[in-house]
Amino acid sequence: MSSKRDPESQTRPKGGFSRRSLLKTIGVGSGAVGLLEQDIQAQTGAANVAGPGEVPVTLTINNKPVKVNVEPRVTLLDTLRDRLDMTGAKRVCDRGTCGACTVIIDGKAMYSCTVLAIDAQGRKIETIEGLSSGSRPHPMVKAFVDNDAQQCGYCTPGFVMAAVSFVRRNPKPTEQQVNEGLGGNLCRCGTYMGIRKAVLQAAKEMGGRNA
Amino acid sequence: MPEYSWPPMDKRRVIGKRISRLDGIAKASGRAKYSSDTNLPNMLYGVLLTCPHAHATVKSIDTSAAEKSPGVKAVRVIAPAGTEIQWAGWEVAAVAAETEQQARDAVRKIKVEYEVLPHVVREEKLEEVGTRAKPSGERETGDPDAAFKEADAVSEGHYGIPVLAHCCLEPHGQVIAWDGKKLQYWPSTQNVSGIAADLGRALEFPAAQITVEMDHIGGGFGSKFNADRWGVECAHLSRAAGGRPVKLYLDRATEVTIAGVRPSAFAKIKIAGKKDGTITAWESESWASGGIAGGGLPPIPYVFAAPRTGIPNQRLKHMAVSLNTAPQRAWRAPNNQQACFLTCAAIEDLADKLNMDPLDVYLKNVDKTARPETYASQLKKAAELAEWKKLWRPRKEAKGTLRRGLGIGINTWGGAGHQSTCLTKIHPDGTVEVELGSQDLGSGTRTVIAQVAAETLGLPVDAIKVKIGRNSYPNSGASGGSTTVGGVSSSTRKAAVNALEKLFAVVAPALGVPAEQLEAADGRIQVKGNPAKAMPWKAACQKLGVNSISADGENIPKVAPKEGLNSQGASGVQIADVTVDVETGVVKMNRLIAVQDCGLIINPKLAESQIYGACIMSICGALMEERIMDPTTGRVLNADMEFYKLAGIKDIGEIIVHLDISPEHDQKGVIGLGEPPAVGGIAAIANAVANAIGVRVPMVPLTPNRVLSALQRRMA
Repeated sequence: MSSKRDPESQTRPKGGFSRRSLLKTIGVGSGAVGLLEQDIQAQTGAANVAGPGEVPVTLTINNKPVKVNVEPRVTLLDTLRDRLDMTGAKRVCDRGTCGACTVIIDGKAMYSCTVLAIDAQGRKIETIEGLSSGSRPHPMVKAFVDNDAQQCGYCTPGFVMAAVSFVRRNPKPTEQQVNEGLGGNLCRCGTYMGIRKAVLQAAKEMGGRNA
Repeated sequence: MPEYSWPPMDKRRVIGKRISRLDGIAKASGRAKYSSDTNLPNMLYGVLLTCPHAHATVKSIDTSAAEKSPGVKAVRVIAPAGTEIQWAGWEVAAVAAETEQQARDAVRKIKVEYEVLPHVVREEKLEEVGTRAKPSGERETGDPDAAFKEADAVSEGHYGIPVLAHCCLEPHGQVIAWDGKKLQYWPSTQNVSGIAADLGRALEFPAAQITVEMDHIGGGFGSKFNADRWGVECAHLSRAAGGRPVKLYLDRATEVTIAGVRPSAFAKIKIAGKKDGTITAWESESWASGGIAGGGLPPIPYVFAAPRTGIPNQRLKHMAVSLNTAPQRAWRAPNNQQACFLTCAAIEDLADKLNMDPLDVYLKNVDKTARPETYASQLKKAAELAEWKKLWRPRKEAKGTLRRGLGIGINTWGGAGHQSTCLTKIHPDGTVEVELGSQDLGSGTRTVIAQVAAETLGLPVDAIKVKIGRNSYPNSGASGGSTTVGGVSSSTRKAAVNALEKLFAVVAPALGVPAEQLEAADGRIQVKGNPAKAMPWKAACQKLGVNSISADGENIPKVAPKEGLNSQGASGVQIADVTVDVETGVVKMNRLIAVQDCGLIINPKLAESQIYGACIMSICGALMEERIMDPTTGRVLNADMEFYKLAGIKDIGEIIVHLDISPEHDQKGVIGLGEPPAVGGIAAIANAVANAIGVRVPMVPLTPNRVLSALQRRMA
């Protein structure tokens, strides 16, 4: 019943295919497979052929270029976690539902489990690791702590990233807007009461700046 | 004997304060490392092959192609030919490879032949499970037949509460490096001190050679106490790969399928009462399943069944239904949610038959509980917060498209402290370390330990270095049954008092008084009643020379009641306020009110978070969550997070928490709080929906489909 927006739908990479669109096309039956193969051929025909082995990939993460070799089928999430030891984004549902892997790509909150690393090249990727500079926590991080908006904390980095992206676009949100805007992230411990307060507090502290 | 008792409420400086959790910044900034975040040099990735059939025999298994697959370093057969598989998701084989993708490729190359056997995976219709239902207990007290005959009203109903999956966000799993001589273990566990013994037993390897490390855990809820088959196999893969570390975490489908479920409970209930609301008789035929071993009888009738004073005439019959589904695990207040739902639903249906306000029926029967005065005052408090008298309307007055309703659920729990040993060290430079082999599940264990030590030593919280999450620290119990806060707070208090006594003995000569006349307060060691005669903490510690002080303290459950630092017996009341759209069947949460007593509260901010969380989990269980089995394939149909529904931020309405903090409760000492508030919400919501639409929806979760069906049946 929770509202789960697809934060990616408006920002699908041109000429590529995301893991989510792949999953959607496959659906649950096998009838779509023929179509899918044509689709892939059509799309890869226009792009450079990559793989199946590891290929060099250059990602722009928190304003720094990062080079890594991964197979084309590897998601941005797994690349961050397994290859770059950036483990703030968590792998939970691994299918674009829960938001624990949320990062900000070209200014929009996206599920990094639904983006292939190879397709994230040339795009500006912000992760939780880049959010707080030095020892001073980002206002959203501080607000989550002040309002005890976390328990086990496994959903928290994804929530913080989704909330930062939300407040950048909605600098003066109402509680109602917070409820709608953060419907794409799930928590199992039940910390939503604190999260509502945290986002409203951080929005004030971020003061409409692109913090 | 030293004085361990808690300082009086008005003298506390740190205990009882709303301090933010100490690991909050680390978690919210993504820096906190969970075991599943472990990346080690040379680490391999492990992947399981699981059985797609709910009941089958393994005819043959061929791993030769997998062994030759690129990147593969180890392959294990878990279920050799001849193994009888009892549920879908059973572990059949495992592979470790250089990358996770390579391991998955290899797993797909394993060829298994099964002989598929008949299965049973659904239990809601008892008449359809055949011989899978086995009698599992009968009980009779008083004279139920006579009581039903003499009653002014009798209510009969069917009720059901399904199997739920724990669905921890951090899946079950671990990293293990085992070279045959020593074993390093990074689990996701609720049982840091005990899990090495569990793994060692399965591996026939000494627990003393196993080191356990875990700084954070991404959810457990009762499902993460043991090493499990995947832990044992992860160790074998590491050993087979020459001791290289192997990381093996369950994927989401496997997590939902085999890593823990709450058992179901179904019942036909007959309940009788007098005109004044007195409940006189209870009869139930119940059944339950938590997998292949069946499911036990929930403690029904719940709460209103105190020894001697409870509902006088009872007849209970229970059947355990064996299913080809993965086994149950402890779930936040095992069997209490089920018992509460079955009991409170039946009571409110009886109230309707009696044309009474259910609040009055509960109040009329508090003498049947173990704590009549507490429940009476909590019912009144919750009703006041809910504006019950103003808003409640009888079921028969339900009308309109959007219908509002109120309902009640009542909880009880033990929550006494578990065995826990704490070691406190005071160093000559004034720094303090507090070590326990405990774990912080997100309940704030680290923070309450620091608060207790800081209070006792007269220091600020940030002067205490809390060290948990290693089995090299003194043994502390597993975090289950809401036992942790009582255990660790008591052991920490005693260890800190004992350490302080040693420090007093060293400092006393310099202050010219006997050690017994000293106290620690405000960062100083001072003469009691004469703060002018004092020594700053740091200067006092310098007197230690080169020798640190270390002292331990233990909470021993048998002795604890005499000491009074912790005890058991929490009660609480929840009231739900919902609006139901009778055209769509959608239930909207307006408010959930939780009144909870819990003894001495070390940190109200964290305590409230526990209750908020418990309430939200109840909303999930009442409106969304349900494991759905496919009778044809025997598999879980919703083994993902798209269709295994959890509440989102906009689904929960408002939650109002009232913690009963009072001298009367405070003197009971610390009582665990994780479980009790997770008990009553499902019943409260189900009752509120019945109140709103004028008819009982027999089965939770109250999905639109079930709500509309119940309305339709009434029309027919």
